[in-house]
Amino acid sequence: MATATVVAAGTKARTERGSGIRPSGWIGFLFIAPNLLGVIAFTLIPLISVVVLAFTDWNLVSGLGGITFNGLDNFVAIARDPGFWHAIGLTLVYVVVSVPLTVVLGLALGIALNRPLPGRAVLRAIFFLPYIVNVVAIGMTWLMLMNPKAGLVNQVLDAFGLQPGWFASSHWALPALIVMAVWGGVGYCSLIYLSALQDAPQQLYEAADIDGASAWSKFRVITWPSLLPTTIFLLVTLIIGASQGFGLIALITAGGPGDATTTISYYMYQTGFQFYRFGYASAIGLVTFVGVLVLTLLTWRAQRGRALND
Amino acid sequence: MTKKYSKWIWGVPLWTLAIAFLAPFAWMISTALKPDVDAYKIPMQWIPNPFQWDNFSTVLSGATSVLPAFGRSVFVALLRVAGELITATMAGYAFARMSFKGRDKLFLLYLATAIIPAQLLLVPRFIYFQKLGLYDTLWALILPGMFTVLGTFLMRQFFVSQPAEFAEAARMDGANEWRVFTRIYLPLATPVMSALGILAFVWSWNDYETPLVLISNPDRYTLPLSLTNFVDEQGQIAPGLTMAASVISIVPVLIVFVVLQRRFIAAMTHTGIK
Repeated sequence: MATATVVAAGTKARTERGSGIRPSGWIGFLFIAPNLLGVIAFTLIPLISVVVLAFTDWNLVSGLGGITFNGLDNFVAIARDPGFWHAIGLTLVYVVVSVPLTVVLGLALGIALNRPLPGRAVLRAIFFLPYIVNVVAIGMTWLMLMNPKAGLVNQVLDAFGLQPGWFASSHWALPALIVMAVWGGVGYCSLIYLSALQDAPQQLYEAADIDGASAWSKFRVITWPSLLPTTIFLLVTLIIGASQGFGLIALITAGGPGDATTTISYYMYQTGFQFYRFGYASAIGLVTFVGVLVLTLLTWRAQRGRALND
Repeated sequence: MTKKYSKWIWGVPLWTLAIAFLAPFAWMISTALKPDVDAYKIPMQWIPNPFQWDNFSTVLSGATSVLPAFGRSVFVALLRVAGELITATMAGYAFARMSFKGRDKLFLLYLATAIIPAQLLLVPRFIYFQKLGLYDTLWALILPGMFTVLGTFLMRQFFVSQPAEFAEAARMDGANEWRVFTRIYLPLATPVMSALGILAFVWSWNDYETPLVLISNPDRYTLPLSLTNFVDEQGQIAPGLTMAASVISIVPVLIVFVVLQRRFIAAMTHTGIK
């Protein structure tokens, strides 16, 4: 989700007013109409519907006439639903482990790729590659690579005396998904950092060199603060991505073994499209979305506070 | 001379890491080119022996062919890209360079919807598409992709950065609004449009979650869904066929990536969407 772009656009909308653009009456509206009608039909109406559905008890079996409003019942049920809280817990573990790991490794890789290197452009492309490949091809490959008995990953780990059960084990299935997420995301993060590093203030580094600053203090005082907005952007986009995607889980584990990988997005998918409990699924989706939104706003707040202190 | 070698102090570990990073892709290609009995050989056999193309001929012909799914993916992607480019360019231009009543309020509404995750909208879309008879058709994938808020943003951000004087001068010469748009601003927008086009293509090509929910007939599977055809009911994957089909599914994005690498990375990194 292009949250950062959206915020940037919002800031611009305010400053741009009164720039002397001639009023063009209804013609401007005609330009927007094709897009607007589509957005109303396929985004706005579904969005309003999901909010309404969250306050209903409705499943596929009862048909369109079977909709009954049940007030806050779904939300009360969510609060008491152990399956929901289990899924929230798993999602938190997944997000809290995979997102910082991806960002930190992406930063290290970005700094490394910013140096003069043999074949640097090819290196960058290699690390970016997983990001452009569809989730089924990636999922199927890793599923076989992580075959507990004969997969390549365990052949390598055998040298260290480790034989994790990966997707066959309720302890290792979530870590397996985390490994895949990190592998898939570091290249993207490193490229985002790379473009931010190229905008870093060069004269500060030169001044620091004159003062004889160490590499670590240069990183801490100059590089890290200048990368803070990028870091926040990456955290936000990765948190949203990690908490919303269900494709990989639907493909590889179907939430299992047991419910070991039933994250919140998969739980919603299951409720909606396997049990066809549309009202309850909508309520879960809404609660999750509001939760992620609050988390996102808090992250932004934290960054703004930091920027003011500096 | 030392400078030349100093590149390799970082170069060697990074290339080693890169090769390890590519291992899943190497495994994919290797497995696609060998008989299934060799897929899980210990130790791993990187160079297939015997080397065979049979998996590719199976997934490219007869009842097991993924080519129809490939064709459907192309069809969906082309319509989505064309639709999004047309509607987003026009709307983005109007939001940036035209003035009409309610424009800013409408734009705020767009801003608010942009952060809605697509997954949240799947339940109502599922219901509506069933009512409209679009469920289990390719149009369920195409139509929502043709009218996007994100594309409109990208285009608006570009047009806002273009000088308004061009339009003033052209209007002075008697050009109408459509002419100003198509003759003056549209030609300037080709780089942004190609970036948006790349994004829309990759997004459409790789989409798995939407067809998973909105398509049920295997005869209407798009390519990512069709890769699961080579898994049997017990969940046993046919390694060679699955990997051969996976390789085929990657080729188009890889071509776009290699040919337009610079623009591709810029498009991906500037918007933060996958």
